[in-house]
Amino acid sequence: MAKDSKLILDPLTDNNPITIQVLGICSALAITAELEASIVMSISVLFVMGVGNVVISLMRNIIPSKIRIIVQLIVVATLVIIVDQVLKAYAYELSKTLGAFVGLIITNCIIMGRFEAFALGNGPWRSFLDGIGNALGYAIILIIVGFFRELLGSGTLLGIQILGDPVAKTGLYAYGYENNGFMLLSPMALIVVGIIIWVQRSRNRALIED
Amino acid sequence: MGLKEKLHNLKEKYKGKKMAPAFNALHTFLYLPNETTHGGTHIKAADDLKRTMNTVILALVPCLIFGIFNAGYQHFLATGEIEASNGFLGSTFWTFDNLIHGAWKVLPLVIVSYGVGLAVEFLFAVIKGHEVEEGYLVTGMLVPLIVPVDIPLWMLAVAVVFGVVIGKEVFGGTGMNILNPALTIRAFLFFAYPTWMSGDKVWVSEAVERAGTADAISGETLLGAYAQNSTLPNIDQWDMFWGLIPGSVGETSKFLIIIGALFLIFTKIGSWRIMLSTVIGALVMGLIFNGVVDAGWISDTSKFYGLMSVPFWQHLIIGSILFGAVYMATDPVTAAQTNKGKWIYGFLIGFISIMIRVFNPAYPEGVFLAILLMNVFAPTIDHYVIQGNVKKRMKRLKVKTA
Repeated sequence: MAKDSKLILDPLTDNNPITIQVLGICSALAITAELEASIVMSISVLFVMGVGNVVISLMRNIIPSKIRIIVQLIVVATLVIIVDQVLKAYAYELSKTLGAFVGLIITNCIIMGRFEAFALGNGPWRSFLDGIGNALGYAIILIIVGFFRELLGSGTLLGIQILGDPVAKTGLYAYGYENNGFMLLSPMALIVVGIIIWVQRSRNRALIED
Repeated sequence: MGLKEKLHNLKEKYKGKKMAPAFNALHTFLYLPNETTHGGTHIKAADDLKRTMNTVILALVPCLIFGIFNAGYQHFLATGEIEASNGFLGSTFWTFDNLIHGAWKVLPLVIVSYGVGLAVEFLFAVIKGHEVEEGYLVTGMLVPLIVPVDIPLWMLAVAVVFGVVIGKEVFGGTGMNILNPALTIRAFLFFAYPTWMSGDKVWVSEAVERAGTADAISGETLLGAYAQNSTLPNIDQWDMFWGLIPGSVGETSKFLIIIGALFLIFTKIGSWRIMLSTVIGALVMGLIFNGVVDAGWISDTSKFYGLMSVPFWQHLIIGSILFGAVYMATDPVTAAQTNKGKWIYGFLIGFISIMIRVFNPAYPEGVFLAILLMNVFAPTIDHYVIQGNVKKRMKRLKVKTA
């Protein structure tokens, strides 16, 4: 059981798909301007990875290795379409914000990477844990980045004005504070991710490659 | 026992301790340390990093003093309290009132820039256990000169922290940075707080707080006016040259910048190749745009017409292209290193600056963007210049051996 828990816990910290393996960066930069979008994106990826890893793991002995990438693509595409339709049905505004990035979960390197590296060689239960673990690792970074970008960029969290009203000049804004527009641009997301990587590696020197 | 001895003793006492770099920095900044290298042969040269930096600061001081007077002058001129000054030595420019108002506005910028920047440098030196480097001395002087006079101090502080940490320290400190830290700070301010870095309010002190009231004054720059296909009244080319126009604190006086440039060239601190090629690049782009206007390809209803029709040589005296060319582009760390590379690097800075100026009506000052862009490409330029040299020599070698 100790090994199983590692499957969940490792990707959260020392083997994080974003900060250590540097995968899935595109979506981490593109949709993290708002915390809500980050959370929804994280849940979508969590669903796709958890289910996808199990499906691939169940089929691992019957997939011919020559066409395995195509099979993986079909599985992940099916799941992404389900997510996309659910979002359109129940959270239309949000699905518009996420735009193409829900569809682009298909090309998220983390998903294909876990299919290839783990689900094809392990049983369904362990694959499920691995999928959930990696998706959570992805989610934790997305949420941290989304938190700082929305708080500093718009002064809100989940759409609620935390720092006061910038137009009516209440709260912090009464003292001359202003939102940092740079935070809403993708380059700043890259810098925030970079800072997370920096902090993580300086706390755990074993992670620094030569 | 003088201060020098005391500092020396403190240094000995804290040797190997965590705070040692902080004491060492103070000591070497104020005095020449006693240490000398032992053994071996060394090339002796007087131009160490500290001297290089101090020379640049000396070249910047006239710009700063002028900027202080100009801040007051523009303010009182806009409020109508004084008449326009007639030329550089006009009676209404070098006045005590201008000095007081300007100093009240500009000195806090200098203090925040140096205070915050050096605090970050000291912090990193103590954490990482290396010596404090002199790199920030020039950056700290440049920063107040390239921001609008009314920028809120806390914004400047945030930007300085960002610029020093992300622009410099993450790459390994002075000498390792890819981007010019002062321009990184300006770029951060521009993208983070665009309302304080552009538009027609921020360039004259107190124009922002007076906006919308009966005492409202215009804070527009000439460049901003041109981009709107209009111009500012009562400004002739000599005003632009002497610098009696609104703009960032220290970049308006082309006259003093040219003097600073001559000083830097004479002391061999700044590269004349970069300065000259930047000016050439700007003139070439200006000529191309003038040609487009002369050929009648665009009409005066086009939104680019205002800046395109500016006579090509006037591009040098509006905006901050000269300041950028002399003090920013020549930064020895981020510029191209090879002589041929310097020509290419400078030319492209001038060329792209004017291109951005004309085609980006939302923000006509493209100099800092052009320099940052070329900072990124400088190593590539150097690489190809060196490879070209290698190829040439290989060919010569083959001819000889064959």
